[in-house]
Amino acid sequence: MKMGKLLNWALPAAALSLSSGAALAADTIKVGVLHSLSGTMAISETTLKDTVLMMIDEQNKKGGVLGKKLEAVVVDPASNWPLFAEKAAELLEKDKVSVVFGCWTSVSRKSVLPVFEKDNGLLFYPVQYEGEESSKNVIYTGAAPNQQAIPAVDYLMKDVGVKRWVLEGTDYVYPRTTNKILAAYLQLKGVAPEDIIVNYTPFGFSDWTSEVSKIKAFGAAGKKTAVVSTINGDANVPFYKELGNQKISAEDTPVVAFSVGEEELSGLDTKPLVGHLAAWNYFMSIKSPQNTEWISKWHAFTKNPKRTFNDPMEATVIGFQLWVKAVQKAGTVDTEKVIATLPGLEVPNLTGGTAKVLPNHHITKPVYIGEIKGDGQFDVVWKTAKEIPGDAWSDFLPGSKDIEADWVTLKCGNYNTKTKVCSGQNFK
Amino acid sequence: MRIRRTCLTLVPLFMVLLGAVRAQPVDATGDGALAPLLTSLSTADYSEKRDLIKQLSALHDPRVRAVLQSLLDGSLYARTADGRVFLTTEDGDSLNLTDALTSAAAGRAPAADFSLIGVNNQLRKALRVALAQFDLSSPDRAKRLSAVAEMLRGLDEESIAVLRQSMRVEKDAAVRREMQVGLALVDLDGSDVDRRLAAVGEVSQSLDPNVFNRLSALLQPKADGGFSEPDPRVRAAAQAALRGIERRRSFYAGIQTLLYGLSQGSVLVLAAVGLAITFGVMGVINMAHGELMMLGAYTTYVVQLLMPNHIGASILVALPCAFAVSGLVGVAIERGIVRRLYGRPLETLLATFGVSLILQQAVRDIFTANNRPVVTPEWLAGSLQINEVLSLTYNRIYIIGFTLALFLLLLLVLRKTRLGLEVRAVSQNRAMAKAMGVRTEWVDAMTFGLGSGIAGVAGVALSQLTNVGPNLGQSYIVDSFMVVVFGGVGNLWGTELGGNALGVVNKLLEPYSGAVLAKIFVLIFLILFIQRRPRGLFPQKGRAADG
Repeated sequence: MKMGKLLNWALPAAALSLSSGAALAADTIKVGVLHSLSGTMAISETTLKDTVLMMIDEQNKKGGVLGKKLEAVVVDPASNWPLFAEKAAELLEKDKVSVVFGCWTSVSRKSVLPVFEKDNGLLFYPVQYEGEESSKNVIYTGAAPNQQAIPAVDYLMKDVGVKRWVLEGTDYVYPRTTNKILAAYLQLKGVAPEDIIVNYTPFGFSDWTSEVSKIKAFGAAGKKTAVVSTINGDANVPFYKELGNQKISAEDTPVVAFSVGEEELSGLDTKPLVGHLAAWNYFMSIKSPQNTEWISKWHAFTKNPKRTFNDPMEATVIGFQLWVKAVQKAGTVDTEKVIATLPGLEVPNLTGGTAKVLPNHHITKPVYIGEIKGDGQFDVVWKTAKEIPGDAWSDFLPGSKDIEADWVTLKCGNYNTKTKVCSGQNFK
Repeated sequence: MRIRRTCLTLVPLFMVLLGAVRAQPVDATGDGALAPLLTSLSTADYSEKRDLIKQLSALHDPRVRAVLQSLLDGSLYARTADGRVFLTTEDGDSLNLTDALTSAAAGRAPAADFSLIGVNNQLRKALRVALAQFDLSSPDRAKRLSAVAEMLRGLDEESIAVLRQSMRVEKDAAVRREMQVGLALVDLDGSDVDRRLAAVGEVSQSLDPNVFNRLSALLQPKADGGFSEPDPRVRAAAQAALRGIERRRSFYAGIQTLLYGLSQGSVLVLAAVGLAITFGVMGVINMAHGELMMLGAYTTYVVQLLMPNHIGASILVALPCAFAVSGLVGVAIERGIVRRLYGRPLETLLATFGVSLILQQAVRDIFTANNRPVVTPEWLAGSLQINEVLSLTYNRIYIIGFTLALFLLLLLVLRKTRLGLEVRAVSQNRAMAKAMGVRTEWVDAMTFGLGSGIAGVAGVALSQLTNVGPNLGQSYIVDSFMVVVFGGVGNLWGTELGGNALGVVNKLLEPYSGAVLAKIFVLIFLILFIQRRPRGLFPQKGRAADG
């Protein structure tokens, strides 16, 4: 700590005493931004790039970190998963960035993981995901399944009295793993297997007639039914439209979505969606001084008072603040030392409470359930009493029940508590 | 107490039925009760609103119905200045106001001066139940029917009493039947065996899912070896009734699947029919066909931007606009590129693929990469409820009809007009047509324009079914070629029948295999089919086939 403070003073002085431009350039800390700016994911990821740029801007106004200005290095992996790995290598090996903020889809994260582990980089990953992973080089600031899916199902079971479940998802890794965990959890809670159906549809699916009829028929069996939707991307629009057309109302058969947020709703006619639910760790509509402050900063930065703020953006803000704190505490940007400093650090959530980095490289998060309102915002109907610690390895899957991740004492992301074996960084 | 309340409920019901009361304030006392409730509604939280809804519906004031309906629709606003409550309709940035208390029009005012009185799911449910009790005495038969159906979903003593009373004055047979079914369901809980038996007979014709679930529950074995229905005669009757219901249910489910298949087939035909002209008749492989559809969809979006207050008519206006836009772009593509490449299919394919990328990027630059919201007009939303198990969404019905109309129109153009004659002549024998004085170049441009224009019209229809974004075309281009090749190149009837056949097969498979596998199966089937019959369902015969 003392060292850090000393450096804080010493470095600007040193920078001032030098006059050559080259020396000034060397006195910046490089921050990599690895988000798709073109292709299918551009819609969601571009806002995260802007969020990181805003954070860098804010931090530089405060004088930067360790007396050095921050410099963003933005690359475009173009929604192309192998390109993510190439761009990550470019950031770490050529640009020698100190930290990277990036990735959205799980497949892109899986693609860059070996690169970060080989080059010993540091990635902050800001999106809710399926869990079953803990890497030394990644800090997961988005929700693990126990911070989004499980609480949402708990809410529906206890507060809404749902007895029958439709698990509807897009056909790829995140929905499949999440639904596997949910199905196991529901059966553990005494739901009969015939009261659960699981459905998958391709990306961009638009002819929902028979899928929705199936949901309708399944829901007409006299027990309260809910749909847990891991449908991703723009397939959601025709899905909700069809629900409206077939008169499946939110009161009878609520749909709780894990991938529909303010940003996704901002381009939509929200009328047919009103009353349906979403589970997130952040909603723009939650009133708190922190939230108001960041939303107005965001509006000022984008020069657009109508821009929405959403959950992955909050996770990016939290991740960035955690990194700054860790660097200041460690007094260096050396990844080894920063990673060792991170567990235990705390920064405030935008909606109240604190986000604390856990030894498994996940963070604590509050969970909110919101009802969609006519204006595309959410009305919070339920929230957890306190922050939930992120669990890397689900307790409800047979393969991962005994696995533990702990980078402080065990120094392992995949430690089997039964066989006492550490199986490398990532459990396959 | 209960009787008193029931009577209170019924008095206004009778009055409405007798036509003694219109939707006008009744007396000063009702007014006195309504006003404070409305004022507190504007500031209440959700749990207070729940009580207020109860109190409001207990007033049995006809004005309350409009207030509750408006609350449910999300169009009930309170004026920020004085908390006065208004029923509103949106009009751009302003609201058209109707005073909730006096039911009088109160002019137009900027929306910023008002705040919406919001509801959540629980309140919506309470509102629906409250409205159903009002609608039980509505002069509109359909409203009464849906009100009864709404009440059947959650029967309690109070609503049973209301049902019994309304049945005495109900004249319409269908509504009476529904009410009887509801009351019979109540009788099933009674202790009198004969009444239970009669009740089973009463409900055996109903397809209502409540009935099915209730009857199935009777046959559930209990832990002690007995059944929840002790009498074997009643159980046997219930079993028979269930079998009958099951049979009729699967019959209607079959019809529904067939219609879903036809609707999906119609979408395929719609996407393919333009291509059937450019590819089928002219032999040009136009990879930009999907993008021409996308242009049609974007035209719909622009038309809606230009006439935000006439969404209902916007789709009809968009149809000729989209035809013109896509048609002109098509003519430009033909004149600029395709005409220089006739007889060189590979180059045409690559060039038009390039055009498709240019069009996509152009749309991205103009409208951004995000999807654009196209509003569905009211007459296209909702569904036609034929009975409890069979309902068809309007947009699908319209799509089937629209495709058929478009197809017939196209046939008419090709068979009965001079352009059609020339198109057929050129496609059959270009040299001979030219010798006869047909301006083949002009015909080429017009044919390509016609096919492209049809693609634009298809885009308008697709804007109602799927997302309007730069990638819209790509997701349909493969399907379009699939249909044209399957149906037989150069044959419009083949496209129509082929598209519908593929749609029906896909929907028949979907319930068993899931959406992902169904699509794969259809593709495999198609590959095998093309292997056996390379010229498709209806191959062209005669000399044209050799060209």
